Amino acid sequence: MVLSMSDQRADREERVTTSTLKTEREELYRTMVRIRAFDLRISDLYTDGFVRGSAHPYVGMEAIAVGAISTTGPQDYVTSTHRGHGHCIARGMEMREMMAEIMGRATGYCRGRGGSMHITSLRHGMLGADGIVGGGLAIAVGAAYAGNLQRRGSVVLAFFGDGASNEGSFHESLNLAAVLAAPVVFICENNQWALSTPVTAAMRVETIASRADAYGMPGEQVDGNDVLAVQSAVSLAVARARNGEGPSLVEAKSYRMTPHSVFATSDNRAPEELQLWATRDPIKRLAKHLVSEFGCRQDDLDRLAQNAETEVADAIEFAKSSPQPDPSEALQDVYAPAPWLKEGVLA
Amino acid sequence: MRTVEMTMAEALNQALIEEMERDDSVFVVGEDICAGGGVFQVTANCLDKFGRDRVVDSPISEAAIAGLGVGAAIVGSRPVIEAQFSDFMTLMMDALVNHAAKYRYMSGGQVSVPAVFRAPISNGVGLAAQHSQSLESWFVHTPGLIVVMPSNAADAKGLLKSAIRDNNPVVFLEKRALYSRRSPVPQGDYLVPLGSADVKREGHHVSVVTAGYGVTISLQAARLLAREGIEVEVVDVRTLKPLDMSTIGTSVAKTGRLLAVSEGARAGSFASEVVARVVDQQFSDLKAKPERVTAADVPIPCADSLERVVLPSADDVVAAVRRLMSR
Repeated sequence: MVLSMSDQRADREERVTTSTLKTEREELYRTMVRIRAFDLRISDLYTDGFVRGSAHPYVGMEAIAVGAISTTGPQDYVTSTHRGHGHCIARGMEMREMMAEIMGRATGYCRGRGGSMHITSLRHGMLGADGIVGGGLAIAVGAAYAGNLQRRGSVVLAFFGDGASNEGSFHESLNLAAVLAAPVVFICENNQWALSTPVTAAMRVETIASRADAYGMPGEQVDGNDVLAVQSAVSLAVARARNGEGPSLVEAKSYRMTPHSVFATSDNRAPEELQLWATRDPIKRLAKHLVSEFGCRQDDLDRLAQNAETEVADAIEFAKSSPQPDPSEALQDVYAPAPWLKEGVLA
Repeated sequence: MRTVEMTMAEALNQALIEEMERDDSVFVVGEDICAGGGVFQVTANCLDKFGRDRVVDSPISEAAIAGLGVGAAIVGSRPVIEAQFSDFMTLMMDALVNHAAKYRYMSGGQVSVPAVFRAPISNGVGLAAQHSQSLESWFVHTPGLIVVMPSNAADAKGLLKSAIRDNNPVVFLEKRALYSRRSPVPQGDYLVPLGSADVKREGHHVSVVTAGYGVTISLQAARLLAREGIEVEVVDVRTLKPLDMSTIGTSVAKTGRLLAVSEGARAGSFASEVVARVVDQQFSDLKAKPERVTAADVPIPCADSLERVVLPSADDVVAAVRRLMSR
């Protein structure tokens, strides 16, 4: 059969589009397995005494960070939570400097000052993991508002959990964002447990997404273990924001496969619940999609997972062999340079 | 520089307008700051000059607007966030203490927070406990914050300009009763450096170290005491954090007698901090035990007869100086 010119062009466009889409989705997969590999190692590192303070693994929630952040660009910002390693990796931060920070070493992103809960990289637009539940929400509104004033065209993704949706800061920040039409996408990572408190015990509404209505913005609940669903919902919300239509709320329903923190020795969640959510593993689901829709080979995908483990192992080596910060640094960098700031004067 | 008689509110207003004209990245957020220029007129004419993008009337959401200030500052804008009463800064504490103060340090120096958080101290007029607090010591106690309290219109202008230009988070506390007090204010780009105390009155008998309205009552006391031949030196610290121990030190070395005056409640007061630091720095210079004049450790009452007793006054300063002189 001879194809007409327009058919040939359409055929070629479709193949190019499909190929681009395949590459993009393989990249989503690669980022998800990297996050998984990283946070799977964290608990053991803690037990072995290498994690300084605490850490909160993101295992099982990778689709949210990856799906959401894949819709953003270099001019955009992310505010994160105490469970921030996934956001960091999705924004392109390096595992070595992350691991070093988690171990409290001088080579960490924050020079060992912040640890896991405060990992920040301004140059990656990652405004910081945050140790205060709900602490990043109003900050996201401010960064978004300032981005508009500066004509930067930036959007801010503000991550927070189901627990945070009951903090005053959530309510104030959503309301303020709506009033100011700030270009924020509020992304609730509803993993259904706030430490040992199930979300059903902490609120009397069915969905967190429904709270968007109270503040005059669109809200949508999505399957947080479906990276493409997350990407689709956030992409729409980002477009709204960039278009000057203001903030949105996306609730991504997911589950954390580990206890709340590396410090937690027990987990009050039912084993059946964990088993159920294991069947919904976001990485396996994307693998299935890549295999069936794009003809990817499972052993190629497995190789990505292996590469990720190698990358994590290298990061751990790097961090372990990095020194702790020099004690003389303890009193430095409290303040930005100022005329009144003399050497050794802390104020 | 040419000077003009202005009220402190007008001087603050002038500072804000000049800084907003000079630097596009400066913007103000607060409650009721648009219509009529704010309850105390500090933002008068700002809306007309700069528009709604840069002069933002917010809902009653102190926590959110303080957080907004932090977020805007860390990405390079210069917000000036107003709390309508300093007491409402209690609702801003997470943003101020857990975020603004700590962001730079926690991020290993990546981030700076060039935000100003300003509010009036509204004691002395019977507004009672929740509208009359002087909470400066909370912020002095927080590593990472700068704390400024002007005592007069000229300093208010110069300090606010410096605060806005500083790349650190500044808590800027204004005494409401001084908003209407007139005095000469230099015109043009008049700056008062942060971290620098100013001797408002020279004397050789006692060093009174204070800020804000403490300067007013100390100067009143000084005039009364001068009639008895007691010459009091009034050191207006202007910036409570960082504290200019050099100027304070020179004064105490000269007089040997220290009285610290601050309007907050006595326990953990700024006055207590001044005494501790002077004792640390130059105990051997002291001829007598230092004194503090502060508010009493009670919530501020409404009735005039009660409020007068609780808040520090010029009489309290006079009595404290006499005690120092008797030792």
